[in-house]
Amino acid sequence: MSQINKNAKQILAPIVSNKKVGQYQQIIVNIGDLATLCKPGNFVAINVGGPSSSMILRRAFAISRVSHSSTFGGTMELIVAPHGQGSTWLCGQGEGDVLDIVTPLGTAFGIPTEPVPVLLVGGGYGSAPLFGLAEVLNARGCRVDMLLGASTASKIYAPMEGKRAVNSMRIYTEDGTMGQTGRVTDAIPEIIKDLNIAVIYSCGPMPMLSAITKITEQFDVVHQCAVEEAMACGIGVCMTCVLPVAGDDGSVSNLRSCIDGPVMDGSKVQWNLVGKQL
Amino acid sequence: MEFSGQTVVTTFDFSTTIGNTWFPAPTFTASGCASSGRELAQFFPLREMGGIVTKSVMSKPRPGRPAPRMAETPSGMLNSIGLQGPGIDAFLAKDIPYLVEQKARIVVSIAGETVEEYSTLARKLRSVSGISAIEVNISCPNVENRGLVFACDPEASKRVIDGVRRTIGGELPIIAKLSPDVTDLVSIARGVVDAGADGLALINTVLGMVINVDTMRPHLGGTTGGLSGPAIRPIAVRAVYQVHAALPHIPILGMGGVASGKDALEMILAGASGVSIGTASFGNPTAIMSIQSDLKKMLIDRGFTSLKEAIGFAHRTEVDTDNA
Repeated sequence: MSQINKNAKQILAPIVSNKKVGQYQQIIVNIGDLATLCKPGNFVAINVGGPSSSMILRRAFAISRVSHSSTFGGTMELIVAPHGQGSTWLCGQGEGDVLDIVTPLGTAFGIPTEPVPVLLVGGGYGSAPLFGLAEVLNARGCRVDMLLGASTASKIYAPMEGKRAVNSMRIYTEDGTMGQTGRVTDAIPEIIKDLNIAVIYSCGPMPMLSAITKITEQFDVVHQCAVEEAMACGIGVCMTCVLPVAGDDGSVSNLRSCIDGPVMDGSKVQWNLVGKQL
Repeated sequence: MEFSGQTVVTTFDFSTTIGNTWFPAPTFTASGCASSGRELAQFFPLREMGGIVTKSVMSKPRPGRPAPRMAETPSGMLNSIGLQGPGIDAFLAKDIPYLVEQKARIVVSIAGETVEEYSTLARKLRSVSGISAIEVNISCPNVENRGLVFACDPEASKRVIDGVRRTIGGELPIIAKLSPDVTDLVSIARGVVDAGADGLALINTVLGMVINVDTMRPHLGGTTGGLSGPAIRPIAVRAVYQVHAALPHIPILGMGGVASGKDALEMILAGASGVSIGTASFGNPTAIMSIQSDLKKMLIDRGFTSLKEAIGFAHRTEVDTDNA
């Protein structure tokens, strides 16, 4: 067994900037040399609320992008929606405030050895880590196309500079307030055929990941999905963030999405058994 | 004892003893909060803490409960894992050799659904080298008695410990982990000690529940869950204090929301011979290391020359007026 949490370190990291991007906050954190160890798909676990807080658990966020050589040294970018108490606290932290973080955690997206055509599918702010991934795939010579979806326009995260690394970007909203009306999954079968897609990378809510898995069953395409499951520790000790996943022998077991994920092989995740007694 | 606070103690004895086993420091993981150690090893060498208490293992592999398994609550969390684990055979084949190689001191926690299952587990552990003690987690439903939790039933608690004691022989210390969800904790503690427990682990989580107001259903897949974290610390301190008062010679591992050196010191003063750190490790992977060094410093600052002098110190009747 490879070492668990192999590159993870707990550090105090100052915020370089924190600004509003649409509905979300873009938070840049100085993480020094750790940036070189962070790969697309990895996440960070952050202490929230300060030392006297009643919030005792870390909050996990996907690393949307890292920069190795900004003027501040190595940095990571997080895209955070102020949903609950913890993320609201984080969004309220300012430049120079110091965060207690543990990173890099979890599995990373696998990058193809050949420059094959790939499709990136993001739901809501789940799209954030796909932009960092797109840059890596682009550098590998892959043709990268992207689909973004959300219930409404304000929940689409699509930064201008993110478009540089992709060949095309199509946006779907369920209420039709941006892009095409409908769901991202509507277009996937056609795109797989037209562009001869070899790998789909996805990140977003579970129903979307499940729906993509169903589509990929009909094609010879790999589906790497990043799951979002509630975590208490992020380092594999609490056993709360489990998903039912099939092993090589076909037997299904509850795997931790923090150390066996968040990036998982979509075809192995037993979406119909989520929330069921095994 | 010197109370001046200026005294530099160079030979402070931080060790503790449970049954016949000596530990260089009184700080342990809490079962179920450190898996089997590999995950924490990236953050500190496992041999540097007093000992690792492994996640309670059962005789067969277990998938555990469905998600959601967790809910954060004010200063605490509810969990409903359902003892997911690899089963004793895989545990002994994979996890024990790893921990031995790390030179960690190992307390193996076992759990069962029948009195017989606990004895079977004890039989498998009897000949395993490298184990310092066994924790018997009796906060499990007894399938032979309508699912009543062993730890809530004085007779069943005794039978489990008696069975483990008979199987394991006199060598390995047995620590019985008790539930606070009982009317008379002291009588249950007395019962398991009479049945052969060398030490007690106090307390397991407190049964609780959260209802999701959006779905208007119980939030946890397992409906109810165990509450842990600082929210339950006063309950744990009370439990340790009461049991130590009744059974002053029985070593207690105090646990329940210990998150700082100060919290650990409270447990020691209440009567604990050691402390286990559980939920605090979820929020801070190096919590055990900082609690260990802060506890040591606080004991030295208060003039103690050994940990043992401080165990149960809050029970003394004559209060030192100079220090009041």
